[in-house]
Amino acid sequence: MSGHSTYKPQSKVLLWLEKRLPIGGLIHSSFVAYPTPRNLNYLWTFGGILAFMLGVQIITGIVLAMHYTPHADFAFKSIESIMRDVNFGWLLRYLHANGASMFFIAVYIHMFRGIYYGSYKEPREVLWILGVIIYLLMMATGFMGYVLVWGQMSFWAATVITNLFSAIPGVGDAIVTWLWGGYAVGNPTLNRFYSLHYLLPFVIAGVVVLHIWALHVAGQNNPTGIEPTSDKDTVAFTPYATVKDGFFLVVFCIIYAWFVFYIPNFLVHADNYIPANPAVTPTHIVPEWYYLPFYAILRAIPDKLSGVIALVASIVILAFLPWLDTSRVRSARYRPLFKQFFWLFVVVSIGLGWLGSKPPEGIYVILARIFTIYYFAFFLVILPLLGIFEKTKPAPNSISESVLGAKV
Amino acid sequence: MKMQSTIIALTLTGCLSAAAAPVIAQEHDTPAPPSLKWSFSGPFGRYDQAQLQRGFKIYKEVCSACHSIQMLAFRNLADPGGPGFSEAQAAAVAAEYKIKDLDDKGEPIERTGRLADYFPSPFANELAAKAAHGVAPPDMSTLAKARTYERGFPWFVIDVVTQYQEQGPDYIAALLKGYEEPPTGFQLPSGVQYNKYFPGHTIAMPPTLQDGQVTFDDGAPQTLDQYSKDIAAFLMWVAEPHMVARKRIGFQVMIFLIVLAGLMYFTKKKVWYEVETPREIAHGPDPRKTVV
Repeated sequence: MSGHSTYKPQSKVLLWLEKRLPIGGLIHSSFVAYPTPRNLNYLWTFGGILAFMLGVQIITGIVLAMHYTPHADFAFKSIESIMRDVNFGWLLRYLHANGASMFFIAVYIHMFRGIYYGSYKEPREVLWILGVIIYLLMMATGFMGYVLVWGQMSFWAATVITNLFSAIPGVGDAIVTWLWGGYAVGNPTLNRFYSLHYLLPFVIAGVVVLHIWALHVAGQNNPTGIEPTSDKDTVAFTPYATVKDGFFLVVFCIIYAWFVFYIPNFLVHADNYIPANPAVTPTHIVPEWYYLPFYAILRAIPDKLSGVIALVASIVILAFLPWLDTSRVRSARYRPLFKQFFWLFVVVSIGLGWLGSKPPEGIYVILARIFTIYYFAFFLVILPLLGIFEKTKPAPNSISESVLGAKV
Repeated sequence: MKMQSTIIALTLTGCLSAAAAPVIAQEHDTPAPPSLKWSFSGPFGRYDQAQLQRGFKIYKEVCSACHSIQMLAFRNLADPGGPGFSEAQAAAVAAEYKIKDLDDKGEPIERTGRLADYFPSPFANELAAKAAHGVAPPDMSTLAKARTYERGFPWFVIDVVTQYQEQGPDYIAALLKGYEEPPTGFQLPSGVQYNKYFPGHTIAMPPTLQDGQVTFDDGAPQTLDQYSKDIAAFLMWVAEPHMVARKRIGFQVMIFLIVLAGLMYFTKKKVWYEVETPREIAHGPDPRKTVV
């Protein structure tokens, strides 16, 4: 994170501090002087948006935890009392619940952007893998947070998801009992989920620091996918990236506020306003929307163990992306075939999400199977082969050439 | 680009036509409740005080015989944005109820209700409720948010823009009017009723509300149609008591964010001007290169 600093402390106090702990120089080199490619589009603002969302979730979460009771008999009631009796409790809770969804919307855009522009390719493999780890941690955190509400969907989602571990041959049932802290999802389960739900965001924050560190070592990728070669290709992080990120963050917040204030329950399943009842199973058990594509993959496969393996594989496969994609050209701009397969992949992912919300019967299962095949084929067949057979378009010589054309 | 959009178009059409068939089949089975006009819908929606008061009267005189609202306190009746009872009126309502408590010696007693008390449940516990009715009547604290119906594509996308969030009250209002004779060939088990809006159609709750059953003092029609709307609106308030404040603050937040976004946009334009515009356009020709 160092190397770009031209930092000169402005006061004697700062100079004194700088000689003992060069934190001013670190901040200056990371967030002021840090060179960013001049041609970044608005898709590159989602990193900053994600950092903001993590902050929002941690702050609202800590305040909510002051009012929440992690006990099977009181959890649902304590959330209702947050909604009714805590000053602006409804705002905190809706910010937090919809914040999770906005966090995932942003992370999906961030990930698709990374795939489209080949941001995972050398020398950014570690950066990408750290991102996949953050995504996994986010999924675990989001799932456990959803369970804390202790409504019908919370309870039954916890039952279904923890039961996936029972597919492991031999020790599966023992693992599930160990996870539950009993012979069914109950108070011990809720307690440990609460503990972990409070812990994991800080683990995420730690990995985010590594993610940003790795980013600042390799530098940002950009829409052309070619590295900056001269000072003409980059601009300083401040004010250029900060003001651009700031603008788009506010635009993002407008959408966030729309959900929080006008349709706060749009993304929540109505059944989760019914207190958890182990004696009544809901007609359709559906996870939160951001897990739906993986839920569809799980249910597309008739055998439980194979389904669980496919579910895990569909996420873990992302970590191997830097090596599955054999093409030397990064950006989809210069990869005409990849571009088509990429958009089809986006459609398939959204389609899987929609299928995950449908009952697993008839045409839905058949479609889910076709989409699952494409999902894996994209990574395991299309990407490795494209690198060999695709005729790529010529890339420009430099970033400034692509932006300014012949003018420079 | 063209190829790409063709692929997407084909895929989407495929998905949609495949999805359409089962959706149509379902619609035939359970009709979607009609979308009613609610005073509290949309970005400026507010609860209609008179309607909430009528709804409360229906709850008190009819529903409360079987349904609890355990998370509603008497003091809530006087909360801003609600039915608009005065504190004295809310206290008078509380005084009509007997609350189980303990006296100084720890002996169980029944005392008169106070503002801070919650509406007592009609049953001692859930088992007692189940024993009396076969199925425990659900608590109504969050009922209006806990009931919905399938919107289906593309409605669920359109709902984001139109802010349609009234599935719950629409469903409740429709359900109360949805009792009818079962169609021929429908095997109705004993002890349950046929309701065209209830999932599966067999509902344990009998049709309790009839025309003229509850007297209104404000001249509103004393019909089942009016009752079903009033109780649904009341239950929406019970489930979401701070909704009016939420939408009011939301509008202020929106104005603030939109103005801020505008300012940020023009700041960004200004800051990036020299980057996006070649030097010659930004500053005119370089004087050092000018040949005299």
